[in-house]
Amino acid sequence: MAQPAHADAAHHDGTNYVAIWGALCVLLGVSVLGPMVGVRLLTLITAFGIAIVKAYMVCRYFMHLSIEKKWVAYILGFMLALMLVFFGGVAPDVLKHEGLRWQKTYVEPATAGGER
Amino acid sequence: MSELAVHPAGHHDQGFVKTYLWSTDHKVIAMQYLFTGMLMALIGGFAVYVFRMQLAFPGQSVPLFGRVSAGQYNSLVTMHGTIMIFWVAMPVLLAAFGNYLIPLMLGCDDMVFPKVNRLSYQIFLLSAVVLVASFVVPGGAFGGAWTAYPPLSANAVYNLTRYGATVWVVAVALEFVAFLLGGINFVTTAMNSRAPGMRMFDVPIVVWMIVIASILFMASVGPLLAGAAMLFFDQVLGTGFYDPATGGDPILWQHLFWFFGHPEVYVVLLPAMGIVAEIIPVFSRKKLFGYRTIVYTAVATGVISFFVWAHHQFVAGIDPRMASLFTITTLIISVPIAEMLFVYIATLYGGSITLTTPMLWALSFVAEFLLGGVTGIFLGAAGADIYLHDTYFVLAHFHYTFFPIAIIGAFAGITFWFPKMFGRMMDERLGKIHFWVTIIAFNFIFIPLFMTGAAGDHRRIFDYSGFPDLATPGLQRLRIIATMGLVSLLAVQPVFFFNFIRSMVRGRVAGANPWRANTLEWSAPSPPPHGNFAELPEVYRGPYEYSTEDREEDFWPQHVPDDSPAPAPAATAVGWR
Amino acid sequence: MEVPTGRLAIWWVLASETVVFGGLLGSYIMMRLRHGAWADQAANTNTWAGAFNTLVLLTSSLSAVLAHQAAERADGPKAARLLRYTILGGGVFLMVKAFEWTHEIGEGFTITSGLFWSFYYTAAGLHAAHVVAGMVIMFIVSLTAARNEELHRVENVGIYWHFVDVVWIFLFPLLYIAK
Repeated sequence: MAQPAHADAAHHDGTNYVAIWGALCVLLGVSVLGPMVGVRLLTLITAFGIAIVKAYMVCRYFMHLSIEKKWVAYILGFMLALMLVFFGGVAPDVLKHEGLRWQKTYVEPATAGGER
Repeated sequence: MSELAVHPAGHHDQGFVKTYLWSTDHKVIAMQYLFTGMLMALIGGFAVYVFRMQLAFPGQSVPLFGRVSAGQYNSLVTMHGTIMIFWVAMPVLLAAFGNYLIPLMLGCDDMVFPKVNRLSYQIFLLSAVVLVASFVVPGGAFGGAWTAYPPLSANAVYNLTRYGATVWVVAVALEFVAFLLGGINFVTTAMNSRAPGMRMFDVPIVVWMIVIASILFMASVGPLLAGAAMLFFDQVLGTGFYDPATGGDPILWQHLFWFFGHPEVYVVLLPAMGIVAEIIPVFSRKKLFGYRTIVYTAVATGVISFFVWAHHQFVAGIDPRMASLFTITTLIISVPIAEMLFVYIATLYGGSITLTTPMLWALSFVAEFLLGGVTGIFLGAAGADIYLHDTYFVLAHFHYTFFPIAIIGAFAGITFWFPKMFGRMMDERLGKIHFWVTIIAFNFIFIPLFMTGAAGDHRRIFDYSGFPDLATPGLQRLRIIATMGLVSLLAVQPVFFFNFIRSMVRGRVAGANPWRANTLEWSAPSPPPHGNFAELPEVYRGPYEYSTEDREEDFWPQHVPDDSPAPAPAATAVGWR
Repeated sequence: MEVPTGRLAIWWVLASETVVFGGLLGSYIMMRLRHGAWADQAANTNTWAGAFNTLVLLTSSLSAVLAHQAAERADGPKAARLLRYTILGGGVFLMVKAFEWTHEIGEGFTITSGLFWSFYYTAAGLHAAHVVAGMVIMFIVSLTAARNEELHRVENVGIYWHFVDVVWIFLFPLLYIAK
């Protein structure tokens, strides 16, 4: 089905995609260097916080979600929200070592590598 | 068989293969899904016949099967559940009716992606072949229940069906992919291909329901697809995703499964309710009460359905605080569904009701589903569920919901749209005989099972002789009654098939609009040709304008312009009264 | 105004893929948080290879969006060329992966070496399968685009490719950095 290029072509033609890419690369660099500092909080922020920022930038500038119909972003957001619901409902059982009247007795293998 | 829905229009005569086997026409694909689903129903029905005979007459040879071993029993119950949900309910309600009705009711000539549509059926057919193949692999079909909990499902040492288990996982995964593809087609077509003048709230309810169901499916099946891959690896490679010994967690599978499993029941419920919503106004000659309410309620139900899943796991050892939460959400979700049923009853009130076969099915849906829903309340309360979980009470509850959905809903839809699909009327007398025996037999199966369940009958037990409290003559009598109900139910189905085939070939010619209904599919010829409409219709009003004031006719089709006089009933060659 | 049908379909594909990866990664995160000792296992992944692959995918996303820009300007051959660069990026990604996995398996870290590694190979493997699928579809689109036909498909396949990139953006810290 041939469709004409959509009318909002003029709006995003001006975006400097290379500049966005450059920013993404810088963020990548920071997220690799951050853990080397060794501070746990900093590692989390640089690794995952930056991942969220990078994902946002790809969605906004490369996927053009910002000029797409709003409900598309809402549907995708709804899917992500469902994943939070899933996590919230399952974590009390899977995440924890012990509960009110139980505990998990699994012992991690001693060696850090090799066959199970 | 020129009665089948496709006459290549004019310029291309495509030959048998292209017309019936390799077609991209949504009507042909719909028939493919319908017939495949009906065939799989025969297999699923045979499985339940065998194991119910075992339960009624333990240890005795079952006619047409032989003696049932414990392992075979497990395989039979597993395959019955799996087949009826994934290979009967879904293809018939969602894929067949969705494919058939959506383009016709929206007034367009086909789905927006006809080739993807064909591909989705082919993947579905492959999944069915793979599943049926599992009956003949060494060890036989999977015997770990349709819920496939690990470690039973992950470890062949426990389930004794090493190859069947893996084939089962592959078949289910393929089926999911097929329905994801199909669902995307339905949703994009409904969003982008409506007839001119058809606003969102002029779309027939059944289309809304199928679209919402498709979105529900898309949003819920993902985690289970991931989980199925993990189960596959556990089975085949010996990974330990669900094995406590390696740090895995069997409860993780349960959560992944039910996070999908609960929305799945609404995925099949909504189309069935949509079918009933189409039938009731036509045979009460009355406008559907609360169109927008139904739509908003269906969406709300869909959203809430994501918050109730762990009510299947109340006794699995989940955090009891989560159990309280899920009890509350489960009880809440009964409200919107009940409200939708009340809206249907309100539509009936004051209407001019005719009890044709489709109408009988639609009314029985409301009655039987209400019983199923009400019994769900007991199960939704975590405290009561501690006793009732894994008993036949649960089984009777979900059959009082699933049977209306998959069987009553399907028969309602088939008997209603048969004239459109094949250009001929089904026989009303045979239809009514089939209806009454089916419904009465259905209740004879499951009311005794409520009673045995409340008395303590566990599910998935091959032989109760090992349970002194349950191996009583009283309970055995109830089990036998249930089995006799089932045998009667199965025995009357040939009446339907006979009616179906004979009507296809020799039924009274139907004309375009034998039911004098409003929606767009009734303005196309019966059966519609390739391309559906000679001229694509324009829409001027909603779908349920029956018995409008100041009009002579008691119906007002959507495609008839406003200022024209009451439409000449040229399209109705033969009435149905 | 509606969203054009092809693009609408891709958004729905993304919606369903979000919950597939979401379910898998959500499960992984829960397990990871529970098993603190997995950090020792994760130390054996090759962070530089992972970072390089992230760079490769980001760059391939750049060429994909530039291909879209070319298609918007009705320059089909240029769009096709940029799509081919994207495919090349995918190919480099897969080669690095192959190198990584060969090394790790050689060290004795297979999919059954422990639950961390089971998740590692499953998640990265599922992602890699999506990369392959993307490359194939992109190749098919580039053939028609080169003839200046069906140019709208360039944007649509690009959206899918950006999604694959976004998944990796999260996989990288989850599998490589968190140690």
